[in-house]
Amino acid sequence: MSTDIELSEQVTLAHTQAQPLRIVGGNSKSFLGNATDGDSLDVRTHTGIISYEPSELVITAKAGTPLREIEAALHEHSQWLAFEPPHFGADATLGGTIAAGLSGPARPWSGSARDFVLGVRCINGKGEILKFGGQVMKNVAGYDVSRLMVGAMGTLGVLLDISLKVLPTVEQSLTLQFELAENDLSAWLRQWSSTALPLTAACHHQDTLRLRLSGTPSSLDAAHALLGADARVSDDQFWNDLREHRLSFFESEKPLWRVSLQGGAQPLPLHGDCLYDWGGAQRWLLSDERATVVRAAVEACGGHATLFRQADLDAPVFHPLPTGLRDLQRRVKQAFDPAGILNPRRFSPDW
Amino acid sequence: MKQRLISALKGIIAGDSLLTTTEQMRPYECDGLSAYRELPMAIALPKSIDQVKAILKTCCDLDIPVVARGAGTGLSAGALPLSNGLLLSLARFNQILEVDPVNRTARVQPGVRNLAISEAVACHNLYYAPDPSSQIACSIGGNVAENSGGVHCLKYGLTVHNIQQLTFLTMQGEEITVGGSGLDGPGYDLLAVMTGSEGLLGIIMDITVKLLPKPDVAEVILAGFDDVALAGSAVGLIIGAGIIPAGLEMMDNTAIRAAEAFAHAGYPTDAAAILLCELDGSREDVAAQTARVCELLNTNGATSLQRATDPAQRQRLWAGRKAAFPAVGRLAPDYYCMDGTIPRRHLPQVLSKIDELSKEYGLAVANVFHAGDGNLHPLILYDANKPGELEQTEAFGAQILETCIAVGGTITGEHGVGIEKINQMCSQFRAAELTQFHAVKHAFDPTGLLNPGKAVPTLHRCAELGGMHVHNGELPFPELDRF
Repeated sequence: MSTDIELSEQVTLAHTQAQPLRIVGGNSKSFLGNATDGDSLDVRTHTGIISYEPSELVITAKAGTPLREIEAALHEHSQWLAFEPPHFGADATLGGTIAAGLSGPARPWSGSARDFVLGVRCINGKGEILKFGGQVMKNVAGYDVSRLMVGAMGTLGVLLDISLKVLPTVEQSLTLQFELAENDLSAWLRQWSSTALPLTAACHHQDTLRLRLSGTPSSLDAAHALLGADARVSDDQFWNDLREHRLSFFESEKPLWRVSLQGGAQPLPLHGDCLYDWGGAQRWLLSDERATVVRAAVEACGGHATLFRQADLDAPVFHPLPTGLRDLQRRVKQAFDPAGILNPRRFSPDW
Repeated sequence: MKQRLISALKGIIAGDSLLTTTEQMRPYECDGLSAYRELPMAIALPKSIDQVKAILKTCCDLDIPVVARGAGTGLSAGALPLSNGLLLSLARFNQILEVDPVNRTARVQPGVRNLAISEAVACHNLYYAPDPSSQIACSIGGNVAENSGGVHCLKYGLTVHNIQQLTFLTMQGEEITVGGSGLDGPGYDLLAVMTGSEGLLGIIMDITVKLLPKPDVAEVILAGFDDVALAGSAVGLIIGAGIIPAGLEMMDNTAIRAAEAFAHAGYPTDAAAILLCELDGSREDVAAQTARVCELLNTNGATSLQRATDPAQRQRLWAGRKAAFPAVGRLAPDYYCMDGTIPRRHLPQVLSKIDELSKEYGLAVANVFHAGDGNLHPLILYDANKPGELEQTEAFGAQILETCIAVGGTITGEHGVGIEKINQMCSQFRAAELTQFHAVKHAFDPTGLLNPGKAVPTLHRCAELGGMHVHNGELPFPELDRF
């Protein structure tokens, strides 16, 4: 029997018995979100690339396929997942990558995980196998359920197959480094905001601004000449380490917050160490401040904060939602999983 | 009921904000797909969010359906009024509320025209990327409702990739904001669900769009081919070479001749097909890519090649493509624009099928494609005054869409389902998926009063259609459930 039918039968049974299920992939991102319990539903046997058409810029693979296998297949044809998904472990699967919805340093310029999802096949909380979207670039038939699945952490459906748009790899990249105080970052962004630069990453930490530029060698030289720089580095090590949280910054014992807000916003009035990724739109904050204090400061700037790695802080992992939005999200959850059996409480303390 | 509605509305809006007579309402009887026409019970043109809330509450209390309308340029009858409903025009919400050049965003009301955004931010060297053909007239609220694309979405994405935050009203008048001021919002990605939801989930009141810096340079290449299939394979070669053009468009001979006669763009009228390829970016990258694309075109069957670097030349080459629809409109009293998307490799096969169907139905077709992303716009030429010809045209169109589904594509790339493609939804999706869509709708709109009957067919409707496409006793897609 094919693995998707087996998985759907397990979900159907669990739905009938109101038995919670914990969806298990490579466990590389199990630290993310709230703890969930239930019988494990292992998708790692549902594996393999179903189709890959380099000239169509589309790959379709089963959710249990290791992410490195996908990346290797794309690499052979000089293509890649342009949202630079973090692996956070050797066993990361495609399904976990999409369920977690995380994107790497290129995200503000190339797009996020959800931007690249073209279609999914999934199992809803009633055990039904459903197919949304497809393998084409433009598709507006029906609600965009495929993208809704991205970042939902398996709480709306068990991902079976995923079709992604892929892109040609960049010809060449280089990193420019500048000495720049944190308080001057906003002015720097203002100065360059309306210039078309071949940027593919921008990170600031401890008075150093690093920019990654990608393109043809001559366009990189031209951008370098325009921007100037205190140093020029040609390898990508820093960005890989940032994406995978291997920089020494991430070795702290303190709670790690992921803050999402406007890139041009000022430094947050919070104690702790802040690393600016995504040109400032994603900030990593190591801080002992109370969760309510962190969230109040972030909300004042119009953003939201996720407790990414908890340490021992007793606080909601995800940013509390306004009542109307929270109720709507609960109804959406019920629409897909009426018995509430898929990864209960992983995404919200309430369901 | 109509009188009760009108008297209740008179307490909220008055004067020219409330249209109730047939003469007043006639201009609103259809959207861009004029084959479908209907007059609503009344039309409201409110000016404030509080008025919209009160109108929705009134309709909720009276159990009256509400159809939202932007500029009315949609091509799938998504904004077709309902005879037992209210038409809610958002045209007066036409203000750009805020431009943030540092974060490259603009906050706009739903009635702002697509092109007006780019015009307003041009002083910051920024623009809003999605550019549907109707961009001089269509409104951003409608763009969100339809997830509109345009000729540049191969590189810059659809509406869903270019908006950041939305505030909408539920049927109960509750304000909900989805997305974020940064690049993502908390919780489920409801911004994605709202985009392309065709007015069935909420009334969009406020949109934060992303802006992009204008590219340093752009260059357009026009290549003629004496074989449509060669033009199609050239598209695959360009993308296979690792180049993502800003736009990559294709037109067949009928469309070329019509566009040339209309816009005098300098197109080769003897070519079987042309490709228009726009490359943009830094001066160095564009130079390198242009050289590569020209080489690929020359070695793969292009019979003519023109290059345009300065804005006037580029505009001239684009003028033909952008005028393709009105130009084709001069070839026949009416035309019907289709909107399927297919995996690009099936292009020759689908084109020959369309050609075959064209002969079978005795109706001519002009083909205009967003070739880069496989989005086809076959324009079926017909005369609505000839009895039965509209029905023939619709049957022909339906078969084109079925062909798109059969090769793994979709019935709509960017125009939406609306009323027009509601029957084909029964072919593209099975009962379980349609039921899931209805459950999503119910989560957002438990009253079911927002644009009912559009976009997602009832299972009952699909069941009734069950036998519609039976040919020689065979179902065209036996693998699909019928119900």
